Amino acid sequence: MTCLPGKVDKALGLVIDLDTCVGCQACVTACKGWNDQGYGVPLSDQNAYGAKPSGTFLNRVHSYEVQAENAAPQVVNFPRSCLHCADAPCVTVCPTGASYKRSEDGIVLVNEDACIGCGLCAWACPYGAREMDADAGVMKKCTLCVDRIYNTHLPEEDREPACVRTCPTGARHFGDLSDPTSKVSQLVEARGGYALMPELGTKPVNRYLPPRKKGAVAAPVLEPLEAKGLAGWLDRILGKI
Amino acid sequence: MNPAPSVIIFTTLSGAGFGFLAYLALGILTVAGWPAFFLWALGYGLAVVGLLASAFHLGNPQRALLAFTQWRSSWLSREAWAAVATLILLAPMALSDWLGLGLPRWIGGIGAVLCVATLLCTSMIYTQLKSVPRWHDPMTPVTFLAFAAAGGAILAAPKLVAIALCLLLAAVLAYGWKRGDTAFARAGQTIGSATGLDRLGETKVFEPAHTAGNYLMREMIYVVGRRHVAKLRVIALGLVTALPVILLALPFPALAAPAFVLHLAGAACARWLFFAQAEHVVGLYYGARG
Repeated sequence: MTCLPGKVDKALGLVIDLDTCVGCQACVTACKGWNDQGYGVPLSDQNAYGAKPSGTFLNRVHSYEVQAENAAPQVVNFPRSCLHCADAPCVTVCPTGASYKRSEDGIVLVNEDACIGCGLCAWACPYGAREMDADAGVMKKCTLCVDRIYNTHLPEEDREPACVRTCPTGARHFGDLSDPTSKVSQLVEARGGYALMPELGTKPVNRYLPPRKKGAVAAPVLEPLEAKGLAGWLDRILGKI
Repeated sequence: MNPAPSVIIFTTLSGAGFGFLAYLALGILTVAGWPAFFLWALGYGLAVVGLLASAFHLGNPQRALLAFTQWRSSWLSREAWAAVATLILLAPMALSDWLGLGLPRWIGGIGAVLCVATLLCTSMIYTQLKSVPRWHDPMTPVTFLAFAAAGGAILAAPKLVAIALCLLLAAVLAYGWKRGDTAFARAGQTIGSATGLDRLGETKVFEPAHTAGNYLMREMIYVVGRRHVAKLRVIALGLVTALPVILLALPFPALAAPAFVLHLAGAACARWLFFAQAEHVVGLYYGARG
């Protein structure tokens, strides 16, 4: 049913630390690897070794340059995937009931057997979280690795999304964001975690932790260094020759 | 947004079809016998061909019937219901006109109301999307209705009414374009708010997330043709309004047919612009807007 659940028991989601993320793309690879064999049809690639490769991904890492006032420019790596919105517009637009939000944990999923591949949910998502698989003609999206997190066949430490498990810098955190005492909620509280484009009314669950303020740069950008001591004496002498 | 031919054909033909059917249902064009059969068939044909075209862009059209299940939340599902209900409820009126059964006109009136409801549902599929500011505007349903009213009127209404509705459509289009051109800026999303990095400073793309194209870019970050917008708008206005008005003003009733064909071509051109010009906020992540 594509009506949203009035209330969810949990709001599982990700907290992504933009201060720690180094943009290594390991989460992209781990996600693609796991979802090639897990939930639903595999994430396909087209012309993977040709001149114009293309493929379906549930997570993509962008890089932005941020210029703060009176500071050095900063590169911020920015992983982008489904935010498992509380008021998910992708769910309500679905004509077939394929797209749904689970009341037990808030995960937004696609029942691929009911998906007609109309693409309207991808249009409705402001975050580009959904991609139509070109081979299967059904919509793919982050499942929060629903086939890992409850999977008792896996060792307990592996029962988290593949992207979180693989992140070498610990920039990705997984947990219940509806519980104010959970680790992820406390992390959001402590670091001023924020939602993306909240003004669109989607009420995203995932949060991003802003990069920490960097200290002043050691030397003023593009200004000549002033040599001191012996080097300074040499500099003056050599300048006069 | 990607102006896929299937969606342009769908919205253009079924829009004109349901518009024309509404006029026939209301008895504004009174016909009987075989002429009635062919005119009703034309209306049904346009509507049905349009609806079938919409199935061509589906990834799995064999499951299309499932689209009738989610009418509680989905405008696309409501549209499916409205379209089928309209076509079924108009059938007695069509048969009555063709075979001279003399059914009361209010039966057609119900069908005409459903025609308008179908058109509204179609337009709401686009209007509901906050992620596409140009579409998320009252002018979207107004434009869809104005197209149906003018297109149907060229074939079915008295000449003066048809000319007036064509001129009204031109005004609606021009005003809609004017509003649409500032819609993205008024909605206020920027690369800074999309990433939340505006709290740090000015944000720009340093490196794209991937070196090849992907579904998002093909489907939602369509840029081809935007530089010809001004010319295409003039062409669209000429075809949907100027030429049909000239043909209708001439004292030959048969010219309504070429006027309608020209109008449809213009409607397709305007609908192409409707898609090609619409910008999705996901483009911000790719630096598509400042």
